[in-house]
Amino acid sequence: MSTTAHSHHNYIKIFIILSVLTVIEIGVTFLGLPKMLIAVLLITLAVWKAALVAMHFMHLKMEKTTLSIVAIIPFILCVFLILMLLPDIYPH
Amino acid sequence: MSEAVAVHGGAEPAETPLTPESWGKLGMWLFLAGDAMSFGGLIVGYGILRHASKTWPVPAAVLGINLTALMTFLLIVSSVTMVLALAALQDGDRAKFNKFMGGTILGGAIFLGLQAYEWTHLIGHTLPHYNLSFTKDLFATTFFVLTGFHGMHVTGGVIYNSCVLAAVNRGRYQAKHVEIAGLYWHFVDLVWILIFTFVYLL
Repeated sequence: MSTTAHSHHNYIKIFIILSVLTVIEIGVTFLGLPKMLIAVLLITLAVWKAALVAMHFMHLKMEKTTLSIVAIIPFILCVFLILMLLPDIYPH
Repeated sequence: MSEAVAVHGGAEPAETPLTPESWGKLGMWLFLAGDAMSFGGLIVGYGILRHASKTWPVPAAVLGINLTALMTFLLIVSSVTMVLALAALQDGDRAKFNKFMGGTILGGAIFLGLQAYEWTHLIGHTLPHYNLSFTKDLFATTFFVLTGFHGMHVTGGVIYNSCVLAAVNRGRYQAKHVEIAGLYWHFVDLVWILIFTFVYLL
C-alpha cells in the first residue's frame, strides 16, 4: 500500500477529531441552551461523528460507490419510518 | 463501471463494480445494513415512546454520563487500534498487528465490564432510588433493550476479533479478513456514538 504512511497519520487525526467532538457534545449539555437547540446540536454532532467513522475507519471514502449505496439505504429507510409514523405521533 | 469492457471489447476479464477481493466486504456491508435497520427501528421506537410519554426522567440525571463518556472514549480508541492493526498487517508487521489487535479486544472487554458494572449499579441502586423499574417504566425498558442489544454486539465483536487474531497467527487469515472484521467493529462503535447521544445525552 503506497498510501499507508499517509493513512496512519490520518487515523490519528480522525481519532483526535472524534475525541474533541465527544467533549463538545458533553459540553453542550451543560450550557443551559434551549432544549430544541441542544437536540439539533447533539444530533448534528452525533451524525458527524458517525459519518467520520464510516468514511475513514470503514474506508467508505476510498471504496467503490456500491458499498456506499448499501450503507446509505438503512438511513433512508429510517427516515421513511419516521415520516410514516408522524401521523401517529401527531394525530389530529 | 463497464467502461473497461466497452473499451477493450471484452478481451480482458470484465471489470465488475466490485473486485473479488471486496466480495467479503460487500457481504459484511449487507449484513451491517440489515443490522442498522434493527438498531434504527429500536432507536426510532425509543424516540416515539419517549415523545408519547407524559413523564420521562432526564436521562443524564438518572444514568449519569461520566462513566458512559469513558465507555464512548474506550470504543473510539478500540476503533483506532483496529484500523492501526489492519494497517500493520498490510505492512506485514505481525508483531505490531498482534499488539493493536490485542488492544482492540481488550478495549471491547473493558467496555463490557464497565457496562456490567453500570447495569448492576442501575438495577441495584439508581432505579429503585428514582422509583423506576425495568418492567414498569418505558424509560428503563427502552434503556436496557437498546444498550443490551448493543452490548450483545460488542460481545459478538470481542469473540469475532479474538477468532480473527488467532486465525491470523495460525496463518489462515490475511489482511482482507481483518478488514472485514474491522467493518463490524467500527459499526459497533458507530452505533454506540448514536446510542450515547440519543439515550444518554438528549
